[in-house]
Amino acid sequence: MRKLKVYLLTGRTIEQGKAKEFGKTSNLYKDSVAVCYIDPSDMKTLGIKSNTPVKVSTDFGSVVVRAEKSSRGSHPGVVYIPYGPWANQVVDPETHGIGMPSFKGVPAVLEPVPGEKVKEIEELLRDSFGEGSKR
Amino acid sequence: MRKIENVICPVCGSLCDDITVYVEDNRVVEVENTCAVGRAKFLNYGLHRKPKPLIRKNGELKEASIEEAVRRSAEILTESKYPILYGWSSTSCEAIRVGLELAEEVGGIIDNTSTVCHGPSILSIQDVGIPSCTLGQLRHRADLVIYWGSDPYSAHPRHIERYTVFSEGRFQKSGWRSFIRRLSGKLVKKRLSRVAELILRRKLTFPEEKYALPPYFISEEERKLVVVDVRKTRTAEVADYFLQVKPNTDYEVLQALRMLVNDQDLEVDEVAGIPVRTLEDLADLMISCDFGILFFGVGLTMSKGKLRNVDAALSLVRDLNKRTKFLIMPMRGHYNVTGANVVFTWQTGYPYAVDFSLGYPRYNPGETSVVDILRRGECDAGLVVASDPVSNFPASAAKTLVDNPLIVIDPDVTPTSMMADVVFPSAYIGIEAEGTAYRMDHVPLRLKKVVEPPPNCLPDQEILARILREVRRIRRG
Ligand code: SF4
Repeated sequence: MRKLKVYLLTGRTIEQGKAKEFGKTSNLYKDSVAVCYIDPSDMKTLGIKSNTPVKVSTDFGSVVVRAEKSSRGSHPGVVYIPYGPWANQVVDPETHGIGMPSFKGVPAVLEPVPGEKVKEIEELLRDSFGEGSKR
Repeated sequence: MRKIENVICPVCGSLCDDITVYVEDNRVVEVENTCAVGRAKFLNYGLHRKPKPLIRKNGELKEASIEEAVRRSAEILTESKYPILYGWSSTSCEAIRVGLELAEEVGGIIDNTSTVCHGPSILSIQDVGIPSCTLGQLRHRADLVIYWGSDPYSAHPRHIERYTVFSEGRFQKSGWRSFIRRLSGKLVKKRLSRVAELILRRKLTFPEEKYALPPYFISEEERKLVVVDVRKTRTAEVADYFLQVKPNTDYEVLQALRMLVNDQDLEVDEVAGIPVRTLEDLADLMISCDFGILFFGVGLTMSKGKLRNVDAALSLVRDLNKRTKFLIMPMRGHYNVTGANVVFTWQTGYPYAVDFSLGYPRYNPGETSVVDILRRGECDAGLVVASDPVSNFPASAAKTLVDNPLIVIDPDVTPTSMMADVVFPSAYIGIEAEGTAYRMDHVPLRLKKVVEPPPNCLPDQEILARILREVRRIRRG
């Protein structure tokens, strides 16, 4: 499988804003944030279509989300994941001494993982936080 | 059916105050004037809200009475040496005030969500200063509106229509006419080239338009919209002019613009991949307007450079004021994040990241900011109000929060409340409870109560006051 070096941005989308109001455990929310918007030309390079699971890896972790064609202008080499628990598996926690992690412009590697599944929210939380010391 | 007018939308920092809400049988059945996000909130709030507080027993969240939950919370906070009190941007100023009192009482750290959003902007504003104004001013007077690293179409959907380019101001006309003209121009061009392709039977390619020059002069009577961003956002699509910058290069571009505004020569052909010609045109445009505004979003604060990017933007506006009138404003996200900064400041002297562990307020972002404390694993309990750090913090920081006792006050079920030990499902401020909130331009507005909350869902302020009383009772014996 081919891999691609990209910059990862995270941020708000109107879909995420709406879906949030239906509850963060809803499928609508998962559909709106467990997604990576990719430039059509990059999708071609990787040989993938919309909804193919892709793995986004950075120095800080990796996460599987579904690919989606970005419809806004061309931005090859830049991918976008809306704010949410999936995006936060891979953002840069370093605050450089001012309290603010780097949520945008994190170098990442993108690779298609056709067989894998996008985790449900409960599974994602369990895997990243364990059952907790008190649980 | 009851019709309530001039309701304020408690979702984003635009705090639109012209919403009409229709209520029947204590349910909101219809809303008018909101955007899609506001509408989703008014019509679907509380879908998953639990009917009673929850306490974790043997690993599972079990229903409990308010009194039990208050007692358990007070125990957690009094047993803790260094608790974190976090959130505050989606609740009322009154609740924030009680929260600060609680933080002082338990000697903890209190921080609000601006720490991971416009915290760097606040640091720069403290360094450089900020020439700003209210949104009403802009609506009536601004003839050049720039959104830099901000996508209001997605994050503040009615901002453009209500306060800037597409609003009909007293001295400035709405820009929608020129937008329609441009749109039809583009459509006609697309159709013609399609016809030409069919006739010639081959694909036509057109030169890249990306760095096309701003196609107008500011002297036209309609106001202009410029968007600078790392990708073509939905806002960029309606802009008169869109400048795409590479990720992490905002600082260079802003400083280059400063040089041009100050009549200095750039001895290069391009800056961060953008031809100097293009920047010269943009600088001319900024100088030639009568009343410009630069809105900047977290695109500046969250990427490389962080507070220094904002320094450059503030300095650019300061320089522009030697030539014309120019203002600048951060696009604040949550509906009362500005209020959180205001209340924090008037109570403690500092806008966020306030540490009470020594008995007096101390402020040193990087040391006393919540993500840093969590990453160093220093805190031993948490209280989260109306926020979802487990979703919104980098996973390594969220882990400390989850590993320690955690109290959550939030009407919504979130990943944070799912991982908590005590959960208070509270009333929705602005729908089920009154409260004060500050709009992004620091105008305080009174949120309305349009329906009654369910019996076991108190407003945040009341829950916090009860916890504070219980903490004092335990501590004073
Ligand atoms: S723009 Fe913001 S405040 Fe206005 S209706 Fe939409 S979500 Fe509510």
